[in-house]
Amino acid sequence: MQQIVNFLFKNSITLLFLLLLGISLSFTIQSHAYHRSRTITSANAVTGYVYEQINKVEMYFSLSEENQKLASENALLKNMLFNKKDTVLAAVPPSLGIYKVIPGKVISNSYSLQENYLTINKGSADGVKEDMGVVSSLGVIGYIEKTSNGYATIISVLNKKFRLGAKIKKNNHFGTLTWNGKSTGFAQLVDVPRLATVVKGDTIVTGAESTIFPENIPIGTIEKVYIDKKTNYYTLDIRLFNDMTSLGYIYIMENKDREEIQQLQQATVPPNE
Amino acid sequence: MNSTVIINILRFILLLAIQVAVLNRLDLFGFLNPYPYILYILLYPVNGNKALLLVSAFFMGLLIDMFLNTGGPHAAASVTLAFLRPTFFKFSFGVSYEYQTIKINDRLSPERFSFIFISVVTHHLILFLLEVFRFNLILTALLHTLYTTLFTLVICIITIYLVKPAKQ
Repeated sequence: MQQIVNFLFKNSITLLFLLLLGISLSFTIQSHAYHRSRTITSANAVTGYVYEQINKVEMYFSLSEENQKLASENALLKNMLFNKKDTVLAAVPPSLGIYKVIPGKVISNSYSLQENYLTINKGSADGVKEDMGVVSSLGVIGYIEKTSNGYATIISVLNKKFRLGAKIKKNNHFGTLTWNGKSTGFAQLVDVPRLATVVKGDTIVTGAESTIFPENIPIGTIEKVYIDKKTNYYTLDIRLFNDMTSLGYIYIMENKDREEIQQLQQATVPPNE
Repeated sequence: MNSTVIINILRFILLLAIQVAVLNRLDLFGFLNPYPYILYILLYPVNGNKALLLVSAFFMGLLIDMFLNTGGPHAAASVTLAFLRPTFFKFSFGVSYEYQTIKINDRLSPERFSFIFISVVTHHLILFLLEVFRFNLILTALLHTLYTTLFTLVICIITIYLVKPAKQ
């Protein structure tokens, strides 16, 4: 017993080091393992407050830019309003009816890592929940990963863990939107069947099978086409409509029927399959 | 003694604030961010309480992780650097470093430079390996380490030079 105490006392610094290293490594591994498994996020009151303050100052520098974005969006909405007859049906997808939209603002943005997250100033108090889709006036940004009372983190399109069902607008061929970690302006659409006719410049929109996003939300345009030699599927480079390095106001999409759909799917498909 | 404690607490807060408010958003060439917050660990008193250094370095890293949404690599790298600091002292300043009065924040000598250099490389290597966390991206991690090390090193040395006169 004496010896154990002596040993602990003598090596207390090393043991403390190993303990702290163990904690931080477990945080690291945890954060790389699954969605929403991370303990350390910026969706908490302290970091949220700090980022909000910083953002207040920063917003002054991009006021004119934001104004322009809002003005162009206004123009689009007015256009819809005044040309009700033919454009409204095309521009607002019919499935939007089951979606509730919550406006918010990005207060922290990262895009230089392999796994990028955004922080927004809306949280569970405003009705934001995990796995809600986030879009801007230009297109898809990501989906909610974690929420606190007043803030939430978004798993961005520029994140290697990001997966989203998307399709080519023209011919409805499906693929999965991912990111290869290389450029902030481009994402990849993988597993597009070879049957699909793929033309450079075609628009990519969200697919219908997602319960996170409404159908037909714009994502980007096809920039380059590769053929994956192993699987014989197309891989497409997508030029994103959003400039992910400068984001301001965003909209959170709540699917009111999501739970119902999921319950139904769970009841239909037996577990462990 | 008392003023040393206050200086270290101030240094902790100031470096954290600068890191979060300014340096994390630099994104030079799209991906380069310097991490001079490790100056807190480097400038901690040579004969100060080691357990306190470990714990404060851990929380420094954890706070940075929190702000950056990275999970835990900053905490792991900072704790390791804090633990290895005496070894680096021995390597750079000789075995009897504890009996000399070493000041890191003084004019740049080869010893001081080698100490800062080894510390930055160690910290960044651990940081980027843990941040990338994939074997097929090791090359990316090493490249990031190289570039960021240079950047951090320059910022650290400039900071030391700039802040030194104010303290005397």
